[in-house]
Amino acid sequence: MNDRIKKLRQQSLDARPSVSLERGLLITDFYKSGKADRFSLPVARGMAFKYILSNKAICINDGELIVGERGPAPKATPTYPEICTHTKSDFEILNSREKISFSVDDQTMDLQMKEVAPFWGGRSIRDRIFDSVDKEWKAAYSAGVFTEFMEQRAPGHTVLDNKIYKKGFVDFKKDIKQSIKNLDFYNDPEAFAKREELKGMLIASDAIIWYARRHAKELVKLSEKEKDKARKKELKEMAAICERVPAQAPRTFWEALQHYWFVHVGVITEFNTWDSFNPGRLDQHLYPFYKNDIEKGILTEERARELLQSFWIKFNNQPAPPKVGVTAQESNTYTDFCLINVGGVKEDGSDAVNDMTYMILDTIEEMRLLQPSSMVQVSKKNPDRYVKRAVKIIKTGYGQPSVFNTDSLVQEMVRQGKSIIDARNGGASGCVETGAFGKESYILTGYFNIPKVLEITLNNGIDPQSGHRIGIKTGDASKFKSYDELFDAFKKQLHYFIDVKIKGNIVIERLYAEYMPAPFLSILIDDCIKKGKDYHAGGARYNTSYVQGVGMGTITDSLAAIKYHVFDKKNITMAKLLKAMSKNYEGEETLRQTLVGKTPKYGNDDDYADDILREVFEAYFSEIDGRPNTKGGHFRINLLPTTVHVYFGRVLGASPDGRKANTPLSEGISPVQGADVNGPTAVINSAAKIDHLRTGGTLLNQKFTPQLLQDDDGITKLAHLIRTYFKKDGHHIQFNVVTADTLRKAQANPENYRDLIVRVAGYSDYFVDLNLDLQNEIIRRTEHAEF
Amino acid sequence: MPDNKTQTGIVFDLKKFAIHDGPGIRTTVFLKGCPLQCIWCHNPESQKLDPQVIVKVNRKKVLDLSYSETKDIIGREVSVDEIMNEVKKDIDYYDESGGGVTFSGGEPLMQPDFLKALLTECKKLELNTAVDTCGHAAYESFEMILDKVDTFLYDLKLMDNELHVQYTGVGNKIILDNLKRLATKGKYINIRVPIIPNITDTEKNLTEIIKFLKSLKTIKDVSILQYNKLGEGKEEKLNMVRRLKNTQPPSDERMEEIKKLFTDAGFNCKIGG
Repeated sequence: MNDRIKKLRQQSLDARPSVSLERGLLITDFYKSGKADRFSLPVARGMAFKYILSNKAICINDGELIVGERGPAPKATPTYPEICTHTKSDFEILNSREKISFSVDDQTMDLQMKEVAPFWGGRSIRDRIFDSVDKEWKAAYSAGVFTEFMEQRAPGHTVLDNKIYKKGFVDFKKDIKQSIKNLDFYNDPEAFAKREELKGMLIASDAIIWYARRHAKELVKLSEKEKDKARKKELKEMAAICERVPAQAPRTFWEALQHYWFVHVGVITEFNTWDSFNPGRLDQHLYPFYKNDIEKGILTEERARELLQSFWIKFNNQPAPPKVGVTAQESNTYTDFCLINVGGVKEDGSDAVNDMTYMILDTIEEMRLLQPSSMVQVSKKNPDRYVKRAVKIIKTGYGQPSVFNTDSLVQEMVRQGKSIIDARNGGASGCVETGAFGKESYILTGYFNIPKVLEITLNNGIDPQSGHRIGIKTGDASKFKSYDELFDAFKKQLHYFIDVKIKGNIVIERLYAEYMPAPFLSILIDDCIKKGKDYHAGGARYNTSYVQGVGMGTITDSLAAIKYHVFDKKNITMAKLLKAMSKNYEGEETLRQTLVGKTPKYGNDDDYADDILREVFEAYFSEIDGRPNTKGGHFRINLLPTTVHVYFGRVLGASPDGRKANTPLSEGISPVQGADVNGPTAVINSAAKIDHLRTGGTLLNQKFTPQLLQDDDGITKLAHLIRTYFKKDGHHIQFNVVTADTLRKAQANPENYRDLIVRVAGYSDYFVDLNLDLQNEIIRRTEHAEF
Repeated sequence: MPDNKTQTGIVFDLKKFAIHDGPGIRTTVFLKGCPLQCIWCHNPESQKLDPQVIVKVNRKKVLDLSYSETKDIIGREVSVDEIMNEVKKDIDYYDESGGGVTFSGGEPLMQPDFLKALLTECKKLELNTAVDTCGHAAYESFEMILDKVDTFLYDLKLMDNELHVQYTGVGNKIILDNLKRLATKGKYINIRVPIIPNITDTEKNLTEIIKFLKSLKTIKDVSILQYNKLGEGKEEKLNMVRRLKNTQPPSDERMEEIKKLFTDAGFNCKIGG
């Protein structure tokens, strides 16, 4: 990394995240002005987008090669009051909380209360959601049975394909106009609505072109003032690039990066989409430009690396928009989940690894930044040296890249009804979510606390934490005669809560479709232009709504404990177990030790426990998969937690597996922390008993000590382990490589370990930014690996 | 001769994802009982052939080798069938990595019939097999298993017979004779030398080991194993007396020096298994 990059990187690392009211004030101004009232909703949203991009400050950081910031400065993070209007106390919490804080100055606080909050009260999506859902939904939500992604952030979850490298927004405008021309007003009752939507897209196209040109003008000004000859020339070149892209398709490597970046800033300015937008298969998109520029002699490898590194820093400058309440707890991180994909297969099914793949891997290793996240897609077609290159970065211990099975990703998508070409062009994003890049709206709707459903079942519909009846009556658990009777009751309870969750989702999907069209994002995702439909209203070619199951290890071990001790061995009665759980095992340590130590556990390749896992999977899958959503698509499942397993554990009393009340659940499809005692092959064999191909993503965490990976032999063996998991259709695996000793030191002296990045769950984070619970959990996981 | 599958032996551990006990990803089965009593042994619980009581460790492994609710017993009588059921579970990993099954100990040749039965079952599945041995066994026991073993991991400790007696409880003649004969059988042999400061790590001992190995002509690979203190603390639990105390592991630099000694003599030398 050269001095320029070192400086920009350090600047990005040092910038403290703050709340910027720039966007919040601009959108409030626009809607207050009354202009919005004169137009249809999509047109008004397009105009609002244009108003923001025409008036926001232009930020060009000293020495940078790629320009465009979402806020007025790096890490100055905008608000989206039309989605979630922060209250005074929200801002106070953001400003003062120990972890993942955002500084909020007095002026911001003041303007929010005087200008922004009064206008959006009752109008924001958050308010509309809580006004529109049932009391059953609210009861389950408050009890922590599930979370709701869309109450603070928009349903953006999507990734771009290669279309923008072939078309500029001038071209998109032509497509949009053609689509307007094609409208059949005589036979299509939706023709008017479609025309309004398409008009919104036209305005949004102009907005992004204009935004880039504002940068061009500023760059010209800067170049005139610049004394350094080399930089002066560079600034002129950058001005020319911003004149060209994103209006026209890019021609060079540099133009391609800047082109994407404007699009990125556009998407994350239009909405605070859940899981930030992301370029997807970056090595595939960039390689043709790189190859062409090198052949023409207009780019050197060194310059390409520098540009790529500059591009990386831009991602790190954009923390996830500030979250509050349950949303902050379910995803407590600055990371905005831009998961760069490399490797995998081309659309004809052949090996996609190229020179750019390796260059991006070098960049990941050298930059060691929190954002963007990165992953390698590993297909059976990819060479071993590629897998080993990735493992060598993993062994440096900052949790990136994570590893995905291309062959499973493709099969998952084909099962969901996608064309094989669209599937091969896709990948995974966010933490582990499968998607057809550029063609799918795949929305995570919220996490679902599966062990909580068992707790409510064991209490005949009552949540013992509050004493309120929030579920249905399924019988007195202490009277159940068999394990099957218990499991039937669990399934009934599960059915009830999934119904509640899905009804809420349907309402929320329609709230976004009715009130919050996304004309800019709709330009980018096929087939919104062709259909004349918004991204939020079913415009995408594929529309998937996910409900993410959490706590597979905890639920499996809990059911296994009951089956084994209460019904098979009959050495503990249900009544005794329930009583011990209600006392949080106070005075029942011997019983608890039996449950912890003398019970079959998931993660040990033991069919007693793993068969229960399969049953739970089938129950959860069949409740959700295939139910229709409002966009012409379907509900699907995936199994990942982000940080919600800590929150879900906090709302759960002691569980039958011997877990104490209020402690974290197992995460993803990983075994309960410490329950796997037979090593990684047993964990993988257990995890592979889940039918990954019927999910849209699973998350498996493994931990290794650095000693294991110190030589080439260890690296090769880890690569073999990955390959074997993938032969068994495993979807994803990620590794933490750091010693517990180091982590303990970091906990004691955080100031000396500011740069220590660890794998959390589907993403990496600064260890010192994690709350104490999560830090302890990661130390526990790591210690266990060293045993 | 009883049926292979129902034959039993005393086993004290079964470790999956073993990556230092031969090629690839392996499962290592630890057979109990050892004719040697090396004072640096890191598995002192393996020395006696019979099951032994040890302070309880509260973990339930798939192949539960403890059978008491209140205290753990190291080692138990296990059938070949039971072992093979666990071994089979990781076949995919052996296939992917060129790995297989390793029999270690203790000294696996202390239970030759059981070992032979296990190896026979492994070969029915065409698994790669390795035997980790101290070499102190009747040569007939080696002959019994020779055609079923792909790799021998063969320990060499001390070349001086008296010192060998002093530190391991037995002389080294049988060990050296067995290795000489085995070296002519065309089997892959990986020599393993534990590096114990001032005991095996003396210039004289290392020079003699090198000289001896060169005389065998067929040995190419040597692993040098850094002494660790894992065994310390176990002896009290096991009521054992003979024990190396207050010895620090050799430094990484020293290990590199020794590696160079072997490399200069023409061997492929690796630190660790």
